Amino acid sequence: MARRSSSGLTDKVEINMTPMIDVVFQLMSFFMCTLKVVSPEGDFDIRMPIAAAAAAAPDDQQVPPVRVKLSAAPDGSLAGIAMNGTPVADFDELRKRIIGLIGADSGPNSLAEKTEVEFDADYALEYANVVKAITAVSGKVENGQVVELIRKIKFTPPKKG
Amino acid sequence: MARRNGGPSNTEIDMTPMIDMTFQLITFFMFVMNFSEAEQDDRIQLPSSQLAKPAEGVIEKPITLQLTNSGAVIYAGELVAVRDIGAYLEREKTVMIDENRAPNSATIIVRADGRAKTGEVQDIIRICQEKGFERFALRAQYDDRR
Repeated sequence: MARRSSSGLTDKVEINMTPMIDVVFQLMSFFMCTLKVVSPEGDFDIRMPIAAAAAAAPDDQQVPPVRVKLSAAPDGSLAGIAMNGTPVADFDELRKRIIGLIGADSGPNSLAEKTEVEFDADYALEYANVVKAITAVSGKVENGQVVELIRKIKFTPPKKG
Repeated sequence: MARRNGGPSNTEIDMTPMIDMTFQLITFFMFVMNFSEAEQDDRIQLPSSQLAKPAEGVIEKPITLQLTNSGAVIYAGELVAVRDIGAYLEREKTVMIDENRAPNSATIIVRADGRAKTGEVQDIIRICQEKGFERFALRAQYDDRR
């Protein structure tokens, strides 16, 4: 049987698009409904074993920890910052003091790697201030690049009152 | 002028641009969709920090503890008092030991509200430490403003 050859005119094969469009729209509405606008979040990693204070044997390599005291006003706002007992005006100055202490070197075995910051915050202090303080000591942003400062962070035990 | 009536009129609509657009939209939504199982709760307003860049790696089987500004902990969708989380962590620890994982290898993600008391965050950390957990990730919202 000879097949009819097309003579100039192409044969139009009609595909029923309706089921596909149905499915596609359903998929689209599913994705639109399940879409959650999530703001990017990041972590400050802290390794804090319970017996760290007791178990840490003093050795020559160890640098004494920097103590940062964060005091709270009665309403929970920040009343004052002190680094190793000396008052600090704000978090920018705290960062400058930290840079002054550890220097610019941040490579392996540098002061930045060995130094530890211990935060002593008042119980009622708003937590956002602690995050600001951690941000100040753990790095800075320079021309869009993050320069790491201190990586070892710990907290003093909570004191209620 | 009389309109021709009878039989269905065969008006052909060109579906191609619409289907193209729809597929592009689907692709967009598929890319934007967040498949991670990170626990997030609208009740928590995280403090922001320009250094809180999203981690590149995925934290394996983390335990998320969310602290509201009123001092309650949201654990697995339930509101729990800070002093009661020890019992829940003990259960987590038992599960981990059954799976041959050491508690100190697990990361506790602390999502605390910026207005919460620091002491309560420290209380959570202390309770976790008592149960043998020692890795913590204090979560903050990434803020790219200077």
